[in-house]
Amino acid sequence: MDGTMAETRKTGSNLEGVLAQGHFAVTAELGPPKSHDMAEVREKAALLKDHVDAVNLTDNQTGIVRLSSIAAGIALVQEGLEPVIQMTCRDRNRLAMQSDLLGAAAHGITNVLCLSGDHQSFGNHQGAKNVHDIDSMQLLRMVKEMRDENRFQCGEEIPGGGPRLFIGAAANPFADPVALRHFRLAKKVAAGADFVQTQLIFDMPLFRDYMKRVVDMGLHEQVAILAGVGPLKSTGMARYMRDRIPGMTVADEFIERMTGAVADIPKDHKAARQDAWRAEGIRICVEQIEQVREIEGVAGVHIMAIEWEAAVKPIVEAAGLGPRPVL
Amino acid sequence: MIVAEQKPLAAITSMLEGCRKVLAVGCGTCVTVCFAGSAREVGILASSLRMASRVDGDALEVEETTVQRQCEDEYLDPLAEGLDDYDAILSLGCGIGVQSLADRYPDKRVLPALNTTFMGRPTEQGVWEERCQACGSCVLDKTAGICPVTRCAKSLFNGPCGGTQDGKCEVDPSIPCAWQMIWERSAKLGLMDRLMGIEPVKDWSSSRDGGLRRIVRDDLRLPDGEAE
Repeated sequence: MDGTMAETRKTGSNLEGVLAQGHFAVTAELGPPKSHDMAEVREKAALLKDHVDAVNLTDNQTGIVRLSSIAAGIALVQEGLEPVIQMTCRDRNRLAMQSDLLGAAAHGITNVLCLSGDHQSFGNHQGAKNVHDIDSMQLLRMVKEMRDENRFQCGEEIPGGGPRLFIGAAANPFADPVALRHFRLAKKVAAGADFVQTQLIFDMPLFRDYMKRVVDMGLHEQVAILAGVGPLKSTGMARYMRDRIPGMTVADEFIERMTGAVADIPKDHKAARQDAWRAEGIRICVEQIEQVREIEGVAGVHIMAIEWEAAVKPIVEAAGLGPRPVL
Repeated sequence: MIVAEQKPLAAITSMLEGCRKVLAVGCGTCVTVCFAGSAREVGILASSLRMASRVDGDALEVEETTVQRQCEDEYLDPLAEGLDDYDAILSLGCGIGVQSLADRYPDKRVLPALNTTFMGRPTEQGVWEERCQACGSCVLDKTAGICPVTRCAKSLFNGPCGGTQDGKCEVDPSIPCAWQMIWERSAKLGLMDRLMGIEPVKDWSSSRDGGLRRIVRDDLRLPDGEAE
């Protein structure tokens, strides 16, 4: 991203400002609880504050009911963090989406990440009816038209103007058909994505190939690409992600490193094994951040420390990404 | 064609509770082709129900018949004779057949023996797969002849999502990813350019979302007052 974006800011988003000024951006993820305990959201937020530019709030991720991403986002605004609310097409039709976007903007939320959503069959309400009135590409376009043309999807004007939202999209360079994934990114850019956060990267050569194709198309000049990274917690987690998460690739080297981290620790020393695994997970994550920083077209990182928000601070510090710019 | 499968026997015996005599009616069209509601399945189900009722100490009488098409009145008219003797009609037709019988015989209980599952086709012996959801505005011209509304678990119009692995859907590794097929087939046909545009938001009013759908063909209707 070049510095000229500063003059043409579309929103009041801190993330947009950080990217516009050419800083290497850092975002993280916060999973709201399966309860109405906002204290938990605030506690997790405190672990992230000042270490990242914005925080994603997942929207019933993996189809499991959790505290609303927008409600959690409001709590983050109150705590002085910048939320990125995730919005899936699974649970809402176009009316509910637009209504929630207006509500989010009214509460000071400035970023939205537009997603298809994990299928409900992965979650805890498998008999639910999924909505998919519109898809993630159409959602991107809808949010852009609300913001830039001040009109609802139906074409009617939004009184007082549309919500000023910095628009995000997800990209999975590792899902099939791998060779065509950059075309899908091109469509998301055309639809209105300002920034993109990728799936967790555990196959750096494949990611490099993808970024080369992305750069060849010039897409990195039209959208800020944040590389998805995250600390592994155990060998089991690495294997689970490799074998059980559709569209995820985990190279054998990471399985081997996680196995090696506990090779000298007896199985019944559970606490010691956990500490060793987590230390190795953080080390790998920091190395990966250093590697993606060298890849042309990468504008930042999105750190997904799933149910381990405390890992973000040591990762950011060890990667030399702190303190974060204050605009 | 319309594909259906029989409900579990326990579900059928439960809905027949209190009935002493029922008429099991098969259908000679779609559900015959998919082996769910032909004269043969009517016979097997009737025998099963008789046996089950004997085991339970009841004496359920089940008569059998099969009509050419349950969804057209002319094939249902002959059932009128002797219908008073029955407590209920047990339809082995699709949901349309059940409702046609209920429309035609409003004073009679009509019960479904089948679950109507989808519109599809046999893909191999003993296997049927869904192909159409009757959304009312066909997009197959844009998607290389593969329906994303039906065959994508998220009905995406700009797929594939990020869950495709080894060409399969994240929901079930035995289901091919519709959007991977669309991209591959489009590439083969030299039609990739068409996928690079963004398919706009769909108007679902032609689908179930618009309420009961009806087609009126004035060129085929009879003049007022003229009966067929």
